[in-house]
Amino acid sequence: MLETENYWKHKINELSKLKKSSEKDDEDVRKWEKEILEPWNKKSNNNEEFSTTSDIDVKTSYSASDVIKKRDKSMPGEFPFTRGPYPNMYRGKKWTMRMFSGFGTPEDTNNRLKYLIKNGQTGLSIAFDMPTLYGYDADNDRSRGEVGKCGCNISSLKDMEILLKDIPLNQVSTSMTINAPASILTAMYASVASKNNIPLNELRGTVQTDILKEYIAQKEWAYPPKDHMRIVRDMMEYCTKEMPKWNYVSISGYHIREAGSNAAQELAFTLANGFTYLELGQKAGLKTEEFAPRLSFFFNCTMNFFEEIAKFRAARRIWATVLKEKYGVEKGPALALRFHTQTSGASLTWQQPMNNIVRTAIEALAGVLGGTQSLHTNSYDEAWALPTEQAVKVALRTQQIIAEETGVVQAVDPLGGSYYLEHLTNELEEKAYRYFEKIDSLGGVISAIEKGYLQKEIAETAYRSQLDIEKEKEVIVGVNKYTEEEEDKIEILKVDDEAQRIQVNRLKQLKNDRDNNKVRESLENLRKTYESNDKNCMNDTIKAVQAYATLQEIVDVGREVFGEWKEPQIF
Amino acid sequence: MERTANILKWEFTMSQKIRILVAKPGLDAHDRGVLVLCRAFRDAGMEVIYSGLLPTPEQVASIAIDEDVDAIALSLHNGAHLTAFPEVKKYLEEKGANEIAIIGGGIIPEEDKEELEKNGITGNFGPGTSMDTIIEHIKKVVKK
Repeated sequence: MLETENYWKHKINELSKLKKSSEKDDEDVRKWEKEILEPWNKKSNNNEEFSTTSDIDVKTSYSASDVIKKRDKSMPGEFPFTRGPYPNMYRGKKWTMRMFSGFGTPEDTNNRLKYLIKNGQTGLSIAFDMPTLYGYDADNDRSRGEVGKCGCNISSLKDMEILLKDIPLNQVSTSMTINAPASILTAMYASVASKNNIPLNELRGTVQTDILKEYIAQKEWAYPPKDHMRIVRDMMEYCTKEMPKWNYVSISGYHIREAGSNAAQELAFTLANGFTYLELGQKAGLKTEEFAPRLSFFFNCTMNFFEEIAKFRAARRIWATVLKEKYGVEKGPALALRFHTQTSGASLTWQQPMNNIVRTAIEALAGVLGGTQSLHTNSYDEAWALPTEQAVKVALRTQQIIAEETGVVQAVDPLGGSYYLEHLTNELEEKAYRYFEKIDSLGGVISAIEKGYLQKEIAETAYRSQLDIEKEKEVIVGVNKYTEEEEDKIEILKVDDEAQRIQVNRLKQLKNDRDNNKVRESLENLRKTYESNDKNCMNDTIKAVQAYATLQEIVDVGREVFGEWKEPQIF
Repeated sequence: MERTANILKWEFTMSQKIRILVAKPGLDAHDRGVLVLCRAFRDAGMEVIYSGLLPTPEQVASIAIDEDVDAIALSLHNGAHLTAFPEVKKYLEEKGANEIAIIGGGIIPEEDKEELEKNGITGNFGPGTSMDTIIEHIKKVVKK
């Protein structure tokens, strides 16, 4: 095995050699360029240049001479899984239609979840509000005006019991978008299951837990990176043993993209995070073949259609290749990268919102052609507010139309072999290797975060893209072209402050009813565990949750032990 | 003599520059927009101070006063603008800094704009607003 930095250099060289070796003068193409294309361009006075979001130049047309001959010729379900993690893909099982939802009180969200199940949704996905994401209770000063606004509020196990009421936890798979307090929410979910006599090893679902991308992009953390990573390690250890069907980390490019990065950056930063979690598990002494299959991914899918599809294919090829060559994983499911996709929220426009239905459909199609395992489609009203039921239904129907009317699910990786797409896949792969080399030269992902490198890269790309929009080099229909004076009016969902009142009252009641000595004792035990880095904190977290310690009471213990995190200056 | 003139000239230009604080006063880290605006304001010749993430409204007001800014650009994407923006204004008034202009932006429904205007928060720009529009507005309300 090569040293890390050398390994990336080696991969870059290998790729460029492969490229060179397959470069040949294709006479027919040359002839076409000279005799047909050039005169045509001259006549129409066309010399516009094109490139993808990742600055990959796009030629007029591609041919066999653009495809690397000795590149992998794998079939779907075969190493390095470029064409898909499974041999028959959607012919065997369609992707999971997983609509992300949550707002207001746990009762509100419980109703929405049941509505989605009734309408044919096959997996649950829960959004939490800002106080929950940051680990503040509904009655905290910082939560004022924010309870239930961006998702469901969870302040204690009591709320989780209401959220999951009448949902058969041994039959559904549940995804919870929670990061900084992921260990606590996992403990709550497991506690509800235990109360309902459902064995933990039957629980299927995903908690996001990907704290690295929080520092890079979404910026919802509670402690410094190293302390959060220790808690992730504890979850890995605990879940590998007790909840083997639970995906305890969903390595997310989604937010990295939404924060303004391009496709290559999303691809590279996300996979770099993936390698970091892999190393974390290995360092903890877990067997790679046991824990690595639980590492799953979550990507964005936005408007540059072919580049997005290429991104997914490149991701699978890189993951399998690096795991095998660099981390010594010879075979098994860990090599096949599986991912969830969400269409891009940032691509939705406030202006002429009905256009967003079309955007989402195109993005969803790219996700499917890229071979996603599950998909969330955004609703047309989400540039305005959380979606209404009507808007969510259209978004879900979009997936159903793609799955059942278009026929795109019939053949696996139907675009494989396209000269252009294969070229884009190779280009993105190379760009990713260059970023891996850069990140390692800075001392790895955590060090690159502490230096602000990844954050700055994204912010610069976002700014350049905004300048392109202002100059109308990048077109957004309804925003900088085909604009209208009068804006279309749509119905939007309003979450009032009632949720806050209800949640605050419930907390008051809870603090009266529970055994406060037991709460204090459980928090004290958790503190001691937090203080010694070698101990696993999951059992103490579960005990605190079951004593009805509140979310914030638990997170505050961590804040006291680990301290808070101040982001490096990135502007 | 020439040097003094240069310094005077420099001080003159300095005072012409708009000093602006950019902040998200709440539990909201959707910072793509504000980081883009920081760069745009800088490129438009303003002196930009970025609060960093997660300040409270009170902290935003304190930074604004300490840094002696002409304006504060506030952004929220989390639905808490009706609570948080007027609070910043309230703290500024309590500390006698009425002259600092507050410009709002983010995911702000049409019907909330009037309420914010009433509280002295202007602009209240939604998604898709061009950076030029925002910069022009700031120049107008700061009147330097």
